[in-house]
Amino acid sequence: MEDSKPAGGVSRRTFVTSSSAALIVTATAVIHPIEAWGLEAKGLAPAAVQTLIQASRDIYPHDRLADRFYALAVKDFDTKSAADPKLKALLEDGVAKLDAAARAAHGVPYVQVGWEEERVALLKRIETTPFFKTLRSGLVTGLYNQKEIWPLFGYEGSSADKGGYIDRGFDDLTWL
Amino acid sequence: MAAKFDLTDDGLVVIVGSGAGGGTLGSELARKGIKTVILEAGPRYEMDDFVNDEWESFAQLAWKDMRTTSGNWRIARDFPNLPAWIVKAVGGTTIHWAGASLRFQEHEFKTKTVYGSVKGASLLDWPLTLAELESYYAKAEDKMGVTRTHGIPGLPGNNNFKVFQAGAKKLGYQEVHTGHMAINSEQRDDRGPCQQIGFCFQGCKSGAKWSTLIAEIPKGEETGNLEVRPQSHVIKIEHDAAGKVTGVVYVDKDGAQQRQKARAVAVAGNSIETPRLLLNSASPKFPNGLANSSGQVGKNYMRHTTGSVYGIFDRPVHMYRGTTMAGIVRDEARHDPSRGFVGGYEFETLSLGLPFMAAFLNPGGWGRGFTTALEGYENMAGMWIVGEDMPQETNRVTLAPTAKDKMGMPVASVHYDDHPNDVAMRAHAWRQGQAIYRAVGATKTMPTPPYPSTHNLGTCRMSEKPRDGVVNKFGQTHDIPNLFISDGSQFTTGGAENPTLTIVTLAIRQADNIADMMAKKVI
Repeated sequence: MEDSKPAGGVSRRTFVTSSSAALIVTATAVIHPIEAWGLEAKGLAPAAVQTLIQASRDIYPHDRLADRFYALAVKDFDTKSAADPKLKALLEDGVAKLDAAARAAHGVPYVQVGWEEERVALLKRIETTPFFKTLRSGLVTGLYNQKEIWPLFGYEGSSADKGGYIDRGFDDLTWL
Repeated sequence: MAAKFDLTDDGLVVIVGSGAGGGTLGSELARKGIKTVILEAGPRYEMDDFVNDEWESFAQLAWKDMRTTSGNWRIARDFPNLPAWIVKAVGGTTIHWAGASLRFQEHEFKTKTVYGSVKGASLLDWPLTLAELESYYAKAEDKMGVTRTHGIPGLPGNNNFKVFQAGAKKLGYQEVHTGHMAINSEQRDDRGPCQQIGFCFQGCKSGAKWSTLIAEIPKGEETGNLEVRPQSHVIKIEHDAAGKVTGVVYVDKDGAQQRQKARAVAVAGNSIETPRLLLNSASPKFPNGLANSSGQVGKNYMRHTTGSVYGIFDRPVHMYRGTTMAGIVRDEARHDPSRGFVGGYEFETLSLGLPFMAAFLNPGGWGRGFTTALEGYENMAGMWIVGEDMPQETNRVTLAPTAKDKMGMPVASVHYDDHPNDVAMRAHAWRQGQAIYRAVGATKTMPTPPYPSTHNLGTCRMSEKPRDGVVNKFGQTHDIPNLFISDGSQFTTGGAENPTLTIVTLAIRQADNIADMMAKKVI
């Protein structure tokens, strides 16, 4: 994840606070000033990337997981969208419809809807759509196959290279 | 060392597939001095090539060739092009199996007699009894190094097993132990003991787990009578005017078609590809496919009544540490219709890594209910249910009407509907499984639906009468004397037990029989 300065200077900068993180959307990127990373949007519009990051967290909410993990998952979609116009259209159309539904129900775009429950209700309404199914199924690997998050769940990953668990606690349970 | 035979050598036995059936058969025949070629669709990996990473390993080993599905099973909705999780590599599904090696019970060979008529089920007695197989079961257990047989000690219990055992004992279950596993608990057969790696499903990197890749094929190759040809995908079996098989056509690693002649052909492509191959080998003389005068090729597909239960506790378990499946409760495997179903089921410990858990705990699930469950991963214990599902004629493998593979051959389509007996058995098992974990303090229990099938059975079943099945008690097809089936397709019924030990047992016996027939020039 590279640090990214907004191209074209200050004039197109939009400062948006979403409910869960302070993400800055520029003409070409999404920036997280607190976690100090930037995601250059290559296939999708940066605002769509921001919405997808929030939607990804709402689909698979883990309060202990920093935004950057969801951003990395969305980066997969962004990269694929750069090469696949059908996917790009599916995702941007889905985001547009989600924002429209949010405005109709709450007067603000999806990322500004205050409560998770309200955003989840908007997602529930579209859960049989190809947009939602594509996003959700992509996240199963895009999010959970990131090695960096495994320790947060207590999963230790590869084992043979460490000699297996025979000397590393395969039977260390003592509470029964 | 390893042989190299001519495509035009019509004295060979040609085996399709190198797994539990094909790999064992090939090695046994070679050791009897019979020249044998195994044609394996997948590549040849060795232990060093395996990876302790679930998705990377899946990409490496899994059979991902297109298949289609239908029926009321949840698989058709959640994984429509992945009805089965099996291996496409030398060693077949013995590369990724868990090692559970259980004999069928006596009554499971005669379910029609013992269970009686079950509406909608195509139950049939095997043309074999347990007594006839006992000496071969013993040979297979010795060959595979099954713990708790032949003086081999059981594996030690890991954390997942400790939870399972404590809960099972609290409920009063009696037959609870670390299983009959084809995984060395000590040095044996030039292979070291289990290192509790915990990636059994991704190929054993220590060599402790038996597979045809490391334990059978090398022994066959040493005789000079066995050639294993990887990346050789058989697409058709050919026959002469008299209806005898003459050889096979396969596509090699460069995409070119080759014809390998044969004196006899044994098909062991696992229970979806095997009937597909017979059906794709249809000819003017055999318009319904080879060995299909009964119409039974592809029918009676079984996948066992499966499912899982995961339990979350208030303290860590680390269930993924160590052998994935060394733990069993056998009490429910009995036939006891007072429970509301015929046949029985086993409980076996099971663990998935976090990446697979996200995919299979509740396919399609999302939101806080799902993520809260996943966040319990460190404190999670898991078990798998494996029980006898009812054979039904309408559960079957057919050729998909339009979908074709990249070699232009129609792909397999798998239709499966749960039978009411399956549903009742699974409901019972889910209830009991959850009770096991609650008995030792689980704060949350989660019944989980069946995964893409790792046990695939019955599509070319054994029968006494040719009209009821496809092969006889030696796996020889009723219609064609020099055509054999050597994998789990032969199973007349599924039993409650993991199939690999029985497949290996039948292959050892089939090798004796094929050698005998060849010596007598019957084939």
